[in-house]
Amino acid sequence: MVVSPFLITNAPLKIEQVVKAVYDATNSTSVRHGAVTSFIGQVRGQNSGKQVLKLEYEAYEPLAIKTFERIETEAQSRWPDIVMALHHRLGILAVGETSVAIAASSPHRAESFAACRYAIERIKQIAPIWKHEFFEGGDIWIEGATADPDDEDAREDAYRRACV
Amino acid sequence: MRVTVRLFAGLRDIAGSSELRIDLPENATAGSLWDSLATEHSELAKYRNVISTAVNEDYAKLDCTLSDGDEVAFLPPVSGGQHNDSNLSPVTDV
Repeated sequence: MVVSPFLITNAPLKIEQVVKAVYDATNSTSVRHGAVTSFIGQVRGQNSGKQVLKLEYEAYEPLAIKTFERIETEAQSRWPDIVMALHHRLGILAVGETSVAIAASSPHRAESFAACRYAIERIKQIAPIWKHEFFEGGDIWIEGATADPDDEDAREDAYRRACV
Repeated sequence: MRVTVRLFAGLRDIAGSSELRIDLPENATAGSLWDSLATEHSELAKYRNVISTAVNEDYAKLDCTLSDGDEVAFLPPVSGGQHNDSNLSPVTDV
């Protein structure tokens, strides 16, 4: 079965799926890559000193998918051979469940590690996905930064974090 | 002209609706649409400088001119941590 490289879903995420997506994408070329790096973001039990009960994720789905495609294109402008898969979960998630899964494939390991980190930083900055945190005693929409894909400072910050 | 407005997360909670159909004068912009929403729902006003806007599923600026049938989405700040230009402070989420 073909796995979409860019996915927003209410179904539980499996890390194998993003790995398969980049594996299949690079299998169609004549040169197999030497490195695949993957990342799982999962619901943390504590946030800002509070016990988290659950999270709810919401997205503007068509724009989120376009943003994932954009993030891969950005990564490819830094690391031309990168192939990426980005999956994000929506709906109610319990502590420990996977909210985001990323895989990056490249000929050598340095680029795949960097691109994987770059991707999660950029998802956090510019993907139209929101997190509603339910904790002991209340709930709150987490509102971090204004999503601006053209903010070059933010993009440069993600690049610096990726290459630390 | 008539446009569809999409609201998400905290903005939707304030307005009490995720999707609205709104009649606008010709030459209305995303910004003037936002201002009329914020007049109706005063709690929205504080978001003016931090929202992002999308028109027909692509990011757009508040000064962009709208057309009949457009879908205009107003996006509150996303969940990512604030970036800091001057240092690489640890990211505390995820």
